[in-house]
Parts: sequence; structure tokens; C-alpha cells
Amino acid sequence: MLSEIILRSREKIGIMIEAEVIKPESLAGKSKEEIEGLLLWQGSERLPLSRFFDVELKGSPSSSPEETHILMQGDFSRVKRIGEGMKAGSMEIDGPAGMHLGAEMAGGSILVKGDAGSWSGREMKGGMLHIGGSCGDHVGSAYRGSWRGMTGGQIIIEGNARSQLGGGLVGGQITVGGDVENFCGIRQSGGLILVKGSAVRGVGAEMNGGTIAVCQHILQPSPGFVEMAREESPKAGEVQLEGRYVKFSGDYALSKNPKGTLYCREV
Amino acid sequence: MAALTGTAIIRNGSVFDPLNGINGDKKDIFIREGKVVPALSSAEQRDALVIDASGKTVMPGGVDSHSHVAGTKVNAGRLMRPEDHYKSVRAKTAITHSGSGYTVPSVYKQGYEYAAMGYTTVFEAAMPPLEARHTHEEMRATPILDMGAYMVLGNNWFIMRYLKQGDIKKAAAYVSWMLRTHKGYGIKCVNPGGVENWGWAKNVGGLDEPNIHFEVTPRELIRGLAEVNEMLGLPMSLHLHANNLGHPGNWEIARDSLMITSGMDANNKSQLEWGETKENARRRQTVYLAHAQFSAYGGTSWRDYCSGAPELAKYINQVEDVVIDSGSVPFGPATCMTGDGPAIHDLYMLSGQKWSNTDVELECGSGVLPMVYLKSSPVSAVQWAIGLEVMLLIDDPWKTIMTTDHPNGGIFTQYPQLITWLMSRKARDDTARECHKWAYDRSTLGSVDREFSLYDVAIVTRANPARTIGMAYRKGHLGLGADGDVTVYDIDPANLNQNDTATLTARLARPDYTIKDGRIVARQGEIVSVPEGRRFYCRPYVDEDLEKDMLKDVKDWFKYYTVGFANYPVPDKYLKNPVAIPVNQPLEAVMRR
Repeated sequence: MLSEIILRSREKIGIMIEAEVIKPESLAGKSKEEIEGLLLWQGSERLPLSRFFDVELKGSPSSSPEETHILMQGDFSRVKRIGEGMKAGSMEIDGPAGMHLGAEMAGGSILVKGDAGSWSGREMKGGMLHIGGSCGDHVGSAYRGSWRGMTGGQIIIEGNARSQLGGGLVGGQITVGGDVENFCGIRQSGGLILVKGSAVRGVGAEMNGGTIAVCQHILQPSPGFVEMAREESPKAGEVQLEGRYVKFSGDYALSKNPKGTLYCREV
Repeated sequence: MAALTGTAIIRNGSVFDPLNGINGDKKDIFIREGKVVPALSSAEQRDALVIDASGKTVMPGGVDSHSHVAGTKVNAGRLMRPEDHYKSVRAKTAITHSGSGYTVPSVYKQGYEYAAMGYTTVFEAAMPPLEARHTHEEMRATPILDMGAYMVLGNNWFIMRYLKQGDIKKAAAYVSWMLRTHKGYGIKCVNPGGVENWGWAKNVGGLDEPNIHFEVTPRELIRGLAEVNEMLGLPMSLHLHANNLGHPGNWEIARDSLMITSGMDANNKSQLEWGETKENARRRQTVYLAHAQFSAYGGTSWRDYCSGAPELAKYINQVEDVVIDSGSVPFGPATCMTGDGPAIHDLYMLSGQKWSNTDVELECGSGVLPMVYLKSSPVSAVQWAIGLEVMLLIDDPWKTIMTTDHPNGGIFTQYPQLITWLMSRKARDDTARECHKWAYDRSTLGSVDREFSLYDVAIVTRANPARTIGMAYRKGHLGLGADGDVTVYDIDPANLNQNDTATLTARLARPDYTIKDGRIVARQGEIVSVPEGRRFYCRPYVDEDLEKDMLKDVKDWFKYYTVGFANYPVPDKYLKNPVAIPVNQPLEAVMRR
């Protein structure tokens, strides 16, 4: 049986807290008291985890992150960096999560039942990040200054995502059930972005590799994309698309021989 | 209290002090009030800080003669690379500031990390005159280190005009005035002629190609500036960043550039009190080639790219008037920053990376670009090999200085790794196996058996950088009167296993003690005191009438500047603990020609 660690949020959190310590590697094998004593930054103060959350342990204690499940109940929308850099185990958030959720994660899985903040899955290397609701900007993207976004793993968003989804994407797959806003897949060089709804503008801007598929329409297509073909139910990477699609190549605004592929549903 | 007075005894260490010919002898080092002395009285011994260095390696404090640590281009590197900062942070302590940045750290982090690694003296390799204030501001804020900055003069309008007119005296007067005005230490010459052409989207192709408008050739600029350097008698020789840098096949132009100064006399006419050394502590070179790795490329394109280091080394082995620093590539992230604007533009065209370019009006230019050297990349693998070849194929270690041209080829915190490659053939072979096969296929490194001793290491990281730049009057050795800057490494020369590279690297990276002016500044990597460093600059004297004549020209042409003449100089308040080096032989300097 899994070792289960339950964290319950209490009152509303004021200044956002930095909770990169909440991940299976850091909590596995620790006693309730030890977990309560872990320190989190809130602004310029370092406070114990018990200041914000109630802790409960269930199942058989295990020091192995693989056998550790963290269940978080309540509102975590003002808690940043949950699961940052996690390599194994599983986490479930029964409510909304804050920014940088699962950033740089390399393995294991995170399931969020509510919405997630911006930068979720930022520079992710592996594992599975599943967001039941919608999320903010820069999901699966590179962080400020860097051009290397997510390199592996999978992000599933059931709702909508905002701008710069998969910015600088190098590998892995991002699936959005709903719509995206601007500059989805900007500077993408590999991997796959599948948008089941529509996009606003700037899709694949400066992309030089990888694949984007938009299953409904793009309000303002980028000018640097050239139509290559019209295809019936093409395959975008491993994903089978249904219906007629226009296949574009781009972004010619960046180079003379770009390797990016963009599918968009034929209007 | 003892630590505060700068009085210390380092007992029983194995001392490596090449300028005094001391090769691992067990010795006590005595320091009184910050200076090395032959002995301390028993009363002084009672109050002295005593360090037991039995079974440890003792060297003079490290001297970096070529590093980019202060000024506008360094700061541009910080500004354009947030990704370099948020993953490399340093928390503040009771006595130190916080800091951030991996390839281009903040000034505080730079100072602490150099000191933690055993270095006490670091010279900024390129200070554009117009940016001198900014450079001095950053040096003023850098803790612990003694510093100075070389002035970039190789594409300066006034110099180009005087050299075209053949008026070497006025060129010398101008350089003298500029060094005093901007508190510069020496003459740096970056891609002579080429950076001015870059203002017109061009470069220069050969040493005898006149540049646009000024119609002066790189050869004339190198020769002229070297003559000016020796006329003035500056502590350092001309410091040259050769033309055609970073391009396949450039070893030839590098060699030909080094030949230009051949036959000239090295004239260090600084008027100073020199610490006692057994070897001659004055420079013998008339040209000091910067980051030889970037100028030792063979082949004709990136397809047949290979090392040109054996050919370059062959020339340097034949002459006595050249010193190089290596500009080695230890792999990993770097930030290319140089006054050579066109070279950085070429890198931008190759890599598509973000790129910054600046024209410094009337004076020079610069470019900045992020870089990653990967073991899997064929070009990076050859660059790694060349960076070690230039150190290992030049037989006399007194002609070489170990650098990474921080942060161009790599980061100064990678010096310990670099030393282990120089000390251990096995370490090189192990790394070559992880690299693209070009590393050994396109260089001669795989056939080099030479391994540096600790004595050699002391030469290329202390004695020779100090001697080459004219700082050996007080730095780079432990003779009587030298600064009490000492590094104590937890390395027992009697039981040294240079093939245990992990241990060796770790111990070189975190010496037991870094002592500056007789006070401990770092203990096993932890900063324990934060003294203010000194700022060295040169004050050469030339004939006053000549200087007045020269200033008339300068004022006349000042209309092309966007700054006013009165706002041009760097006021004294920009320097903390300034040390002006008088270079004061007016008759000889002016009349010789």
C-alpha cells in the first residue's frame, strides 16, 4: 500500500508562499512533526509548513518517493512551486494550484482538479502533469531569458490555457482541451502541442521544429507560415487528427528553411 | 586581533614560489602588517595569526591577468541573461552581500568566488575609455580583490590618426593622458582596424589591409601601440586580441601579429619598490596575446576546422618576447563578451542566439552573446583541446598564463577543473572519451604526455600573470616585501595523486585558506572577512609641451563625441584605495625618437 500524506489548507493565504519543498522526495519517510516543521518562504520570512497546512499521514510509511502519494485538499492558488523538480511518486491537488506547479519536474505525476497558475510545467523534463481546469500563461515554457522550454513528459489541460503555452518547447507533448490565447508554441523547436479548441494569434511564431495542431480555428494566423498541403485526418506526431486539415510550414520569419509544422482545421 | 593587524605565520607548508625558485620546500612564511618579511620578532610571533600548513601546498595568492569582471559589456551580459541568474544565487551572510549569476555573476559574488578559490588579484581585460566610469564603479563595488583595468585603444580615432600621420610621440602623449584621465592600467588592442570597420558592417581581412577612412593597417596599429607602450615604459606590454579571432585558419594571422613586435626591447619603466625575487620579476615580453585558444584555429571552414595550436606554439617556442593567456574552454555555459563586435556578430549568425552590440563612439565597440560549449559538439570539443594545447605545447611555462577568458571560454570558477587537465593526462583522456571524436582527431592533444607539476601551476596562475602585467613588484611571489597574499591548499605534494581528479579539483576549488595582506579572507570556501581591494592604474609622464599640443588636437576632435570634454575624465572618487604607478622618465620617453 502507498504511503499517503495529506495536506489541508486552512485560511486564505496572504503573500504567496514558495513551496518547492512539497514533493514526494522531500516528504517521503518523514514523520508528521518533521513535515510540519519544514520551512517555506513567505515574502522575506521563513515559516514552518504547519503555519499554513494541517498534516495527516495514512497508509504504511515509506521512505521511497515512488511509493509516496501526496494529497492536497483545499485552495492552493496562492502556493507557488508545488512539486517543483519532482522525480517520482504522485501528487493530487483537490482544488486550484498556484504558479510554477510541477516546474522542472522530471518524473512522477501531478493531478490538479482545479485550475493551475502561470508557468505550470515550466522547463519540465519528464512525468505527467494533468490539470483538470484551466491554467495561466507560459505553461510548459522556458523561463525568463531562456529559450529552452519543456524537454520531455506530458501536460494535459482539460480547460483553456492563456498565452505563450509551450514557449521554446523542445520535446514532450502538451494537450489543451479548450482554447489558447496568443503565441502558443513561440520559438518551439521540437515536441507536440495539440489544441482542441481555437487560438487567437501568433501560433508558432519563430518556431523552427516540432508540431502544433489547432483543431478549430486560428483567429489571426502568423504571416511567416506557408501552406504545404491539405490532408484528410493527418497524424500530428503520434496523435491522429479527425477531419480535413491545412498543413503549414514555418516560421519563415525566422529562417529560410524552417522545420516547424502547423496543422489547422480547414475552414 | 592578530588577524586584523595583518601579521601572520604560515608554518611548515610546502611552498611553491617560482619567482624565488622555491619548488615545494618546507618553509615558514612570515607576514607583518600585510607584507612578507624574513622573520618576526618573538613579540610579534605571539600576536601573529599562526596557520599550520604541514602537509599542505602553499602558493602566492592567485593572479588573474585577463578576466571580464567590470564594465558595461559585463553588465550587458548580466542584463540580457536573466536565465543565468535565477539558478545561481548566493545568500547573504552577516558579512557578505547576496548575489546571483553563474557565467556573469554580480560584482559581490565575483569577488567572493575568486577569493574562495584562492585568487586575490584580478585585472579587467577591456575597459573602453568612455565606459571607464562604469568600470571603476563596478570595481569599486567588488569586494576583497585587488584590481585594475586595461584600456581598449586599438581602434581609437586619435591613435589611428596619429599613427597614420606617423606621429608616434603624440600617440604616446595621448595614451599617457588617457591612462591618467581614465585611471587605466595598460594598453589593450582588440581586432585593430577591424572594430572601426565594423561601424560600416565590415571587418579587416589581413594585417596589411588599410581600414576605412583612417587607412591605417592592423600591422601599423600593433606596431605603433607596442612602440608607444615601450616608449612610455608601461608595466605591462601591449595586450593583443588578434584580428580574425574565432575563425578557422586564424593561427597564421595570430603568429604574424606576434612577429610584428619582434626585436623590440621590453621596457618596464615603472618607478616602484620591488619585492625581493631570485628570478627577474620584470616582464621580458613585448606582446601579450590574449586568449590564444580563440586565435589558434586551423582549417579553412567549420567543416575542416582543426587545431592550429601546434603551429602557433612552434613560433612561440622559438621566441622570448611573447606571452599568451590560454582562454581555455572547460565546457558548459558561457557568455561571450568582447570588444570585437564583428566576431560576436559572426557567432550570432552561427548560433541564432540573442545578441547585443554596441558602438563606443570614436573609440571601440563590443558585443555580447550567450554560449554553451557542449562535449558532444565537434567544434566545442576541438576548442577544449586547443585551450589545453596552447598551455601544453608551449614548452616554457613562463610564456603561458592559464585563463578561460572569463566568461568567454568558460567561467573562472572552472579553473580548478582546468588545472587538473593540465596536471593529468588521464584526466584529459577521460574527458576526451566523453567528447565528440574531433577532440583528439583534429588536435594533437591525444599525443601530449606532458603533465604540469604544482610548480608549473604556480607559474601559470600566479608568478607569470603577475610578471607579465608588471605586478610582480608585489604580487605573484612570496619574497621579502611582497604582498601577504597566500593560498593554502589541502594538497600534500608528497602524496599527490593527480589522477584522482575529483579530489584534486575539489581541493583546488576550496583552499583551506585564502590570505590577503596577512588576513584570512576565506576558509574552505567560506568568506570570513571582507577587506576593500586596491585599484591599480598607471600614471605615465610625458613632456608637458607635447601634451599640450596633443590636447589641442583632442579638444578639436572632441566635437565628434556626445559627451563634453569636462565630463570625460574619471574623477578620483570613483576609485577606492587607488594605487597610482608612476611611470616617469620624461626625457627618455619623449626624446628617444
